[in-house]
Amino acid sequence: MDTVTASGGPRPDLIRFEEVSKVYPLPAGDVVALDRVSLTVRNGEFIAVMGPSGSGKTTFLNLIGCLDVPTAGRLLINGRDVADLSDDELTFLRRDTIGFIFQQFNLIPLLSVIENVEYPLVLKVRDREARGERPFEALKAAGLDDERLYTHKPNELSGGQQQRVAIARALVNDPDLLLCDEPTGNLDQRTGAGIMALLAEMNRGGKTIIMVTHDPGIAAYATRQVRLVDGRIQEDTG
Amino acid sequence: MSWTFFDIARRNLQRNLFRSMLAIVGIVIGVLAISSLGILGNSLTLSVTDQLSTVGDSLTVIPHSGGASGFGGGTATPEKISDRQVQDLRRVAAPNPVIPVYSTAERIEVGSEKAVLSVYALNPDDVSLLVEVDQGILLRGNSGVLAGSRAATQYKLKVGSQIRFSDGSTQRVVGILKERGLGFDIQPDMALIVPARRYEDRTHPTGFDQVIIKVKDTARIEALQTAIDQRFNRRETVLDTFSSKEILSSIQTVFGQISTFTTAIGGISLVVAGISILNVMMMSVTERTKEIGILRSIGTLRREIRQMFIYEALMLGLIGSALGGLLSFGAGYLISLLVLQTTKYLFDPSSLSSIALGMGFGIATALLSGLYPAWTASNLNPIEALRHE
Ligand SMILES: Nc1ncnc2c1ncn2[C@@H]1O[C@H](COP(=O)(O)OP(=O)(O)OP(=O)(O)O)[C@@H](O)[C@H]1O
Ligand SMILES: [Mg+2]
Repeated sequence: MDTVTASGGPRPDLIRFEEVSKVYPLPAGDVVALDRVSLTVRNGEFIAVMGPSGSGKTTFLNLIGCLDVPTAGRLLINGRDVADLSDDELTFLRRDTIGFIFQQFNLIPLLSVIENVEYPLVLKVRDREARGERPFEALKAAGLDDERLYTHKPNELSGGQQQRVAIARALVNDPDLLLCDEPTGNLDQRTGAGIMALLAEMNRGGKTIIMVTHDPGIAAYATRQVRLVDGRIQEDTG
Repeated sequence: MSWTFFDIARRNLQRNLFRSMLAIVGIVIGVLAISSLGILGNSLTLSVTDQLSTVGDSLTVIPHSGGASGFGGGTATPEKISDRQVQDLRRVAAPNPVIPVYSTAERIEVGSEKAVLSVYALNPDDVSLLVEVDQGILLRGNSGVLAGSRAATQYKLKVGSQIRFSDGSTQRVVGILKERGLGFDIQPDMALIVPARRYEDRTHPTGFDQVIIKVKDTARIEALQTAIDQRFNRRETVLDTFSSKEILSSIQTVFGQISTFTTAIGGISLVVAGISILNVMMMSVTERTKEIGILRSIGTLRREIRQMFIYEALMLGLIGSALGGLLSFGAGYLISLLVLQTTKYLFDPSSLSSIALGMGFGIATALLSGLYPAWTASNLNPIEALRHE
């Protein structure tokens, strides 16, 4: 993998948290979801984020996913401070560099399996010809081989199959980073293990993965474990 | 433009088919009201204009009080216009031709059929100034009858048919007139025209019921009216004058009021349609909050979300307007047929333009109603939207 940027300088860290806080102002008082978190994620890492409910795991993931910006501190993605980016630029980052995988799959019910997977690619490449076979390749890579399923609506598929569609959708624009919020939370153990094997394979293929989980067994697939408690990093094996 | 946003918009409308149809029906009604009434108004104006150009401008003079013809019959001795007054009118109106007219209604028999028809008695020399013949000839000498086109159709009159008048005398039809439509001077279509001399010999009238002055230079009409007023009505009003222009403008005033009223109704139905679209789309935004959050999280721009909702509004507007425009043809056809008894003005460019106007309003209403929901949807916070269940 390329480790220098086009300008020739050293490639910046994929993600850098510098004293990042996130505060939700509520009528009953401010909620500090993240409290001065500092952390660096390098390319190719597979990180499991653990911690009790309400400890700030989803908030942490949302910040990396550019769905939200810090209240205080600096968050750099590929060396750029997200506070300097416009809403459109944050959206382009989500579209091109980040793939989301959610606990509830979050597929679009109006679109068929293949359309769901193709959607982020359509946002990026308007020319049908240029999109080529990419959605099919992504579905194959996500382990959904049965092409008869591709024209079905998501709710006609099993949970495991839906999560594979979601993974294919996350992969279709070939992002550097996969963000997974409890990807196996809605799946039985065997199906979950299949999904984890797939994620581990993606990681070996070069994708950086940050995954929230409650399950120590699932966290064991990762190469680095980060433990959040009350919005602070309590333990980091990296 | 992208298939995705368009497709998502279309599928969402199909998912809530009943709701979408209600919104469309509102637009259809609004467009229908505006377009079909526009067609009617336009056809009316066109037909009046048409008639003006065939009949030309004329001034109708009738005696003050007492009425013009035998229609009323309530007054014991209806006022008439005397020979002397006609002579004076000729002097005032020269060089425009002055046509004295007896107008009455008479019981007649055609074969075994009995009927009551309007009868105009005219000097044969004047007939060609008022009507044109379709079959046969215009009156010549002091005998013969001309039959109006609708009277001829209804009583199966042909050139040569015999008509028996109430006094027992009979006359042959010498000519059938061309249809003339609504007129400002006389209404010959459902009437008979007989020579004045014969009428005088039979009934000994005390004077004429009306006098028609054909005015070649329409700009002179008002001056002529003033001149007549000065000559006849200085001490007391003896004669009333009506110009076709005046009648036309009063028709147009009345129609203007009707059309303001009906356009207001059309406008109101469009406003209601707009509110219903707004409502339908706000419901859709609320129900789809989570979906919008997902779309945003995987890279959809704000303006793309906006587009998606505007497409929805646009589709409702286009479908509603297309249906409304189509139905307007039918409605315009029916209304024209009922009110004007003709549909020949339906495909006139200016009638078609009122359909375009109605459709334009329909589409614009839908678009306007879609703006706020689209704006709301695009400004949802992605995280809040994702947490929404
Ligand atoms: N949009 C929000 N508005 C207000 N408070 C919020 C919001 N999002 C999160 N919080 C609060 O921030 C804190 C951290 O929430 P977060 O969702 O990050 O926890 P979590 O670790 O993901 O929990 P769980 O394991 O239950 O998913 C919680 O106290 C939560 O109530
Ligand atoms: Mg969470």
